[in-house]
Amino acid sequence: MSLQGRDLLAPLDFSIEEIDMLFREAEGIIASPRDYAEACKGYLLATLFYEPSTRTRFSFEAAMLKLGGQVIGFSEPNASSASKGESIADTIRTVECYSDIAVIRHPKEGAATVAAHVAGIPVINAGDGGHHHPTQTLTDLLTIKRQKGSLGNITVGMCGDLKFGRTVHSLIAALLRYHGVRFVLVSPEELKVPEYVREELKNADYTETQDLAGSMPDLDVLYMTRVQKERFFNEEDYVKLKDRYILDMAKLENAKSDLMIMHPLPRVNEIAPEVDKDSRAMYFPQAKNGMYIRMALIMALLGVTV
Amino acid sequence: MTIKGIANGIVIDHIRAGFGMKVLEYLGLEGRGDTVALIMNAVSDKHGRKDIIKIENYQNLPLDVIGLIDHNATVNYITNHRIVDKKQLSLPKEVENVLRCKNPRCVTSIEQVTHTFRLVSNTGMYSCMYCDDLVKAGSELNFSR
Repeated sequence: MSLQGRDLLAPLDFSIEEIDMLFREAEGIIASPRDYAEACKGYLLATLFYEPSTRTRFSFEAAMLKLGGQVIGFSEPNASSASKGESIADTIRTVECYSDIAVIRHPKEGAATVAAHVAGIPVINAGDGGHHHPTQTLTDLLTIKRQKGSLGNITVGMCGDLKFGRTVHSLIAALLRYHGVRFVLVSPEELKVPEYVREELKNADYTETQDLAGSMPDLDVLYMTRVQKERFFNEEDYVKLKDRYILDMAKLENAKSDLMIMHPLPRVNEIAPEVDKDSRAMYFPQAKNGMYIRMALIMALLGVTV
Repeated sequence: MTIKGIANGIVIDHIRAGFGMKVLEYLGLEGRGDTVALIMNAVSDKHGRKDIIKIENYQNLPLDVIGLIDHNATVNYITNHRIVDKKQLSLPKEVENVLRCKNPRCVTSIEQVTHTFRLVSNTGMYSCMYCDDLVKAGSELNFSR
């Protein structure tokens, strides 16, 4: 089983067995990171970020640097030829002349697919609009697996912006492949999951509600999300919805003692800072796992082993 | 009302009533000079009402596209006043550069690509290859032309 030369565009691109292979590599890195310090020496990662990102970009860059590789790229479209009107296809064709692997984030849905179709090097989708964010999904799966021991037989609550929250769409698709996963989807009417996600869920065990506190006792995992200001066409709609769900200690009163509170970050107001001290808060360890799984992913797509 | 049979050409029969105009629009026959008849709301034993299109001197049909609009239609090929072939349409598995994605956030709105939709369910749901936006065959489709 090898992932060498493959792309990662959507959360279901890899089989469960291939994801397990990445988990094993990530666990190896976590156990002894120094053994991997030169794993990607001589390789170059290109990061094409057409929209702002701190966390994901830093995570990829840190991942490559910790593997001994190097990084080139841009972090906003104004710093690239896109500002001159260059197509995504032409940009990636140029970038692949210099680099061994590329990461792309773009506000348009399907942008990474366009890049992957023309590129000869592996392309990783680091978020395409409100569509997919598969490396966040790998991060989330690794975090749940490390904490719960497996990815089956759990009740996962997802709360907030389930319409534009791409991490939610990707995580649902990925978890649907595991046995006994039940979903509780908590959102205002305006931010419910889109039709294509509902299509994926049609044979799944799921409920939709607006009641976060009432759902709490059932949950093994609570995945909070930010209402995505940048996806709204008008400010008024955003303001109306942005503070609808705020997780605080009072709401956690009826939660399980081993609940995992997750968040793809960045957070705005949806998790009160008082929750950070609670042992159930997993969002910062989650961010660290993101770097480890991206290290494992880069190695796998480049066909590098230690 | 009497509409003559055709000597050579095609007859698209059993089109769902009300969809004949859409099929005709997509075929884009304007300027060809061939005789074309659109019969709307004809009596049908099977469906109650149906639309029929007759086109003289015309053989090459984009069957996939008509299948998208109404996969229950049938196509009869006529030579010397006789039906020489008959095709039942079906839902195409994939269509390229036939539909355009309606999702304003889809990359196809800014990038020159092959617009590709794939059949994802036997109920006629099609998914944009880029953004996964769904459209249903027979609904208000956004054709490339």
